[in-house]
Amino acid sequence: MNVPADLRYSSSHEWLRLDGDIATVGITDHAQEELTDVVFVELPALGRTVDAADPTAVVESVKAASDIYAPVAGEVVELNPAVEADPSWVNTDPYGNGWLFKLRVKNPADALNLLDAAAYAASIS
Amino acid sequence: MTPELQHSPLEAAHQALAARLVPFAGWNMPVQYTSILNEHHAVRNAAGIFDISHMGQFLVSGPGCATWLNRLLTNNIDKLAPGQGQYTLMLNEQGGVIDDLIAYRSGEAEFFLVVNASMIEEDFFWLAGHQDPDIILRNESALWAGMAIQGPRASAIFASACPGETLPPRNGYATTTAGAIVCRTGYTGEDGFEFFCPAAEGIAAWDSFVAAGAAPCGLGARDTLRLEMGYPLNGNDLSPERSPIEAGLGFFVDLTKPDFIGRDTLLRQKSEGPTVKLSAIQYTDKGAPPRAHYPVLAEDGSPLGELTSGVLSPSLMTGIAMAYLPTAFSKPGTPLQIDVRGRLFPAIVVKKPFYKAG
Repeated sequence: MNVPADLRYSSSHEWLRLDGDIATVGITDHAQEELTDVVFVELPALGRTVDAADPTAVVESVKAASDIYAPVAGEVVELNPAVEADPSWVNTDPYGNGWLFKLRVKNPADALNLLDAAAYAASIS
Repeated sequence: MTPELQHSPLEAAHQALAARLVPFAGWNMPVQYTSILNEHHAVRNAAGIFDISHMGQFLVSGPGCATWLNRLLTNNIDKLAPGQGQYTLMLNEQGGVIDDLIAYRSGEAEFFLVVNASMIEEDFFWLAGHQDPDIILRNESALWAGMAIQGPRASAIFASACPGETLPPRNGYATTTAGAIVCRTGYTGEDGFEFFCPAAEGIAAWDSFVAAGAAPCGLGARDTLRLEMGYPLNGNDLSPERSPIEAGLGFFVDLTKPDFIGRDTLLRQKSEGPTVKLSAIQYTDKGAPPRAHYPVLAEDGSPLGELTSGVLSPSLMTGIAMAYLPTAFSKPGTPLQIDVRGRLFPAIVVKKPFYKAG
C-alpha cells in the first residue's frame, strides 16, 4: 500500500499536502482500493468555507457514494477539473492527478493534528 | 430470517481469487474480484462466470403437476415441452409479485424451478401451502452448486470445459452424462448458460470454466449487466404491492389461462390500463450515478416517485435507472429530473433495453 511519507492523513482516509497556507486534499491509495472503480466525483463550490470533518466532496463507485471530509478547516480555493472529466484518476493516481480540491487553511498548524505516514500506515495494516 | 450468513459451496474458490465477499440476501457472496467495470466488460466482450449457488432450486413432480403449477404461475407452462424453460412469476392473491423465477420442464411430469435467494423459504411455504396430494415438492437448494457462464464466448467455453456434451438451445434445459443440469438462460442479455452440479463438485466445475477462459465476476457486475437490459430485480423493481402488468412483464403473463392466483387483478389492470408503469430512465447528460430510492421529478419539479434501481451504465457511461411512474409520465421521451442529494439531473424515459448488443 502506497503511503507517501511527505503527506498528512485523516482517520477517514483523506490525505493533505500543505504548501504555505494552501492544502491539497485527496483520498488515499487504501481508500481508492476499498471504494473500487470511481465513476463520479462531486466537488464542493469554490469559496465554500468548511470546518474540519465537514463532508466536502463525494466520490462514487459503481456500488456506492462516499462522503469525503475536509481534513482541516479552510476555504475551498481550487478544484481539480481533471478528476471531474475522468474520475478514474482517483484510482490510478490518488496522490497526483487524482487530487480533489485545495483549501486555504484557517490555521496551518491544524495539519499537525493529522496522522503522519507511519501512524496512518499502522492504522490500515 | 436466519441471522447466520450462509456460505456458497464455491466460497473457497472465491477466497483463493481474493474476491471481496459481502452479505447478500443472507449469503456471503463475491461482489467483485478485480473491478466491477472490468468484469462487466468481460461479459459483454468475452465471457464471465458468476456464482449463483445462493439461488434456490425446487423440484416439482407428480401427475398433474403442470396443471397445478399453471394455477400458481403467470406464464403458460403447457407451452413447455420437456427440455424447455420459461421466465414466469408467482403472485399473491392481490396480483402482487412474490417472486420471479425460471421454470424448466425437466420431464413430462417434472419441473425444475430456479428462484431468488432471498425468497427460497417464502416461495417454498407458498407452494407448500397450496399443495395438492398428488404433487411432490422438494426444496433442493442446498444440494446444488450453481454458476452462470455468460458472454459471447460462453458456448466455446462450454465446448472446451464439457467435451462431448451439448448445450441446449435458448431457454433450454439439459443434463450432462455426469448428472449436472445445463440451462441456456441468464441475467445479462448475452448468450450463456447456467450450470448446476452437486455442491461437492462445484469447485472443480468452477475451476474448469475459469481454466477455459471465463473471467470470475461478482454480484456488482451482475447488477450492472441486468440493469442495462432492463431486467427487474425482485425486492428492488418487483414487490408484493406491484403486479407484473405494472412492471411491464405482461409478456410473461397468460391471461387466457382459465385461472391462476392474481389473475382477477391483472385482468382488471389490463382492461383499465395500469395507473403506474415500471419505466426505464436514462440521463440526457453527465451526472452523479442514479441509485435506488432517489426521488424522480417531472420536468416542472412535481414529485413522481422514486427510483427502484439505478447505476452508471458501464457500457453506455451514463446514468440508467428504473422507477414506477404514473402512466402519463411513462412514455418514452418524457422528460424527467432525478434528485441526487439535492442536485437535479435531467433524464428521459426510454425504451428497454438500455443496451443492445453489438
